[in-house]
Amino acid sequence: MMALLRRAGLLAPAMLTVGILLILPLGLMAFVSTLERGPTGGVIWSQHTADAYMQFLFERDLMGRLVVNTDYLHIFGRSIGLAAITTVVTLLIGFPTALWMAFQPPQRRMLLLFIVTVPFWTNILVRNYAWILLLRNGGVVDWVLTKLGVTDQPIDVLYTPFATGIGLTYSFLPYMILPIYVSLEKLDRRLIEAAFDLGANRWHAFRRVILPLSMPGVVGGAILVFVPGLGAFISPELLGGAKSMMIGSLIQQQFGQSRNWPFGAALSFVLLLLVLIALSAHAARYRRGGIKR
Amino acid sequence: MTQADLAPGRAVAPATDPSVGRTGAPPSTVAVDCRELVKTFGGGAVRALDGVSLAIRPNEFFTLLGPSGCGKTTLLRLIAGFETQDTGTILLDGKPLDGLPPYRRPVNTVFQSYAVFPHLTVAENVAFGLEMQRQPRSAIAARVRDMLALVKLEGLEARKPAQLSGGQQQRVALARALANRPRVLLLDEPLSALDLKLRTEMQLELKRLQAEVGITFVFVTHDQHEALTMSDRIAVMRGGRILQIGTPEEIYERPAARFVADFIGETNLLEATRIGTARFRLSSGLEIETAEAGPPGDSVVLVIRPERAALVPPGGSALPARVEQVVFVGSDTIYLVVIEGGLRFRVREQNREGAKVRVRAGEPVGIALPPSAIRVLAE
Repeated sequence: MMALLRRAGLLAPAMLTVGILLILPLGLMAFVSTLERGPTGGVIWSQHTADAYMQFLFERDLMGRLVVNTDYLHIFGRSIGLAAITTVVTLLIGFPTALWMAFQPPQRRMLLLFIVTVPFWTNILVRNYAWILLLRNGGVVDWVLTKLGVTDQPIDVLYTPFATGIGLTYSFLPYMILPIYVSLEKLDRRLIEAAFDLGANRWHAFRRVILPLSMPGVVGGAILVFVPGLGAFISPELLGGAKSMMIGSLIQQQFGQSRNWPFGAALSFVLLLLVLIALSAHAARYRRGGIKR
Repeated sequence: MTQADLAPGRAVAPATDPSVGRTGAPPSTVAVDCRELVKTFGGGAVRALDGVSLAIRPNEFFTLLGPSGCGKTTLLRLIAGFETQDTGTILLDGKPLDGLPPYRRPVNTVFQSYAVFPHLTVAENVAFGLEMQRQPRSAIAARVRDMLALVKLEGLEARKPAQLSGGQQQRVALARALANRPRVLLLDEPLSALDLKLRTEMQLELKRLQAEVGITFVFVTHDQHEALTMSDRIAVMRGGRILQIGTPEEIYERPAARFVADFIGETNLLEATRIGTARFRLSSGLEIETAEAGPPGDSVVLVIRPERAALVPPGGSALPARVEQVVFVGSDTIYLVVIEGGLRFRVREQNREGAKVRVRAGEPVGIALPPSAIRVLAE
């Protein structure tokens, strides 16, 4: 009895935090997503409807008939695509970086680790505005390329999906580097020596020993980049322009300009569902691997 | 399994294998020849090896013995190719290894912490080196089976290292290193992480394996008992230098330096001055006779193993002493005595007739020292 009370007491702060800051708002959003939209924004608390979810796939034409509308599906598709590309690019840049960092002398490792985390010290909004200055026509990149004679046209990169990709890659790179670095840093160096000793050259030692043993870091990094990447809205908003709208901006718009809270809430839940499916697929694979392991 | 199956040079390795010695090197009287090896760390601040020369014979169980920091592991890592010497040369079967990366040297290592691959099964671990050699799948499977039989791990092929005990992981590391049919097997304190009983078992096991596979073993340890038990020859190292190379008997009976005498086994070290060709005066004033002649005047150290001295009734030629403490250790009894004049001395007697009290603490005794039991070392 005492043990039970003690356990409840010790768990209470965590349970309260999760309850008040996560479960409660989520429940509220779920509720909102089933409500009728108010005429001037907000919601009508007493009227329930599935309109918000219908709106995701259908719209009413001028005659009032339901027709399929794929606009939002496209936005979801684009978001998933951009988040996936961002994940792959951050992995391609992040893995060699983390590998190189992990094999530096300990003191330099601390310095490099600090440098990787430096962007966290500045507001993400400010950093994305900086990219506007870099990427816009007549901006730094344009100017350098023109001076070098690479191009005599404006580069026209800003407000394209490519610019969004750059912004996302830049913003999420540390989230890829850090978990991979951690898994590489604690990797027993003798395992690499053992691989060399048994006749593995550098490539085989990497492919057969280093890479498999750093997989937890790679998977962790991929989740940390892909999931927030799906819902990101600052980079798409500032760098992508209207042509490359992503889920994050769409949701933000529903609560902002569009004043369509139920639809915003519904979109959020569709996104949450996607993420949960992706994560549980990974967890299932990991568990299956775990039994063999 | 016959020796021919396992002997190096009879490998199924393709004849085009460019690595040194894997394809039937001519018999040589020296397997590993280290010449004047110097290795420094930290920009010369630490001299890990200070001019080490060493000839290890084929099929020999050779041990590098010394306290931590003596350079024994550095020497092993030079042979394996993990480190590069500043100056000096290492020859394997007469061919220089210098500049060859570890994966092109026909030597394999058993690491101190086993270093078995945690993400691979037992069988995959053992197959690793063979796959790197691009051997045919059927040959790999057969070899893995043979190796696991050799180290008595049949039936555990599909286990992951995390599901094995320390001793079993050690065997996997051993099988993995032997699978490649190395010319030389390097063992870096492979038993130090095992408990005493398992360690004793593995010592005999390693010795059996070495006889069975007929491969040169270079074994690194700081445990003198382990070195004496297993080795054909031992090199005692200290401060980056080799103090003595010899068989366990030579090292134990005729240590070449005070450090060797002190490091290996229990020893009585008595400071003395030579006053005749074979007569010495101890620092306490007593005189003592030995079998080793030499010019008088030298100050020396007399090395006497505790089991070579005997306690006798006081009087006669025996050194007068007084028992300070009697320690019963099962098979033996150790007497800590003080020689007249204050020198401490240790006598070890086997309890052949069981444990019975001969003398008690505080009683006067004599120490009988046969002249042949005394080894004289110049200071």
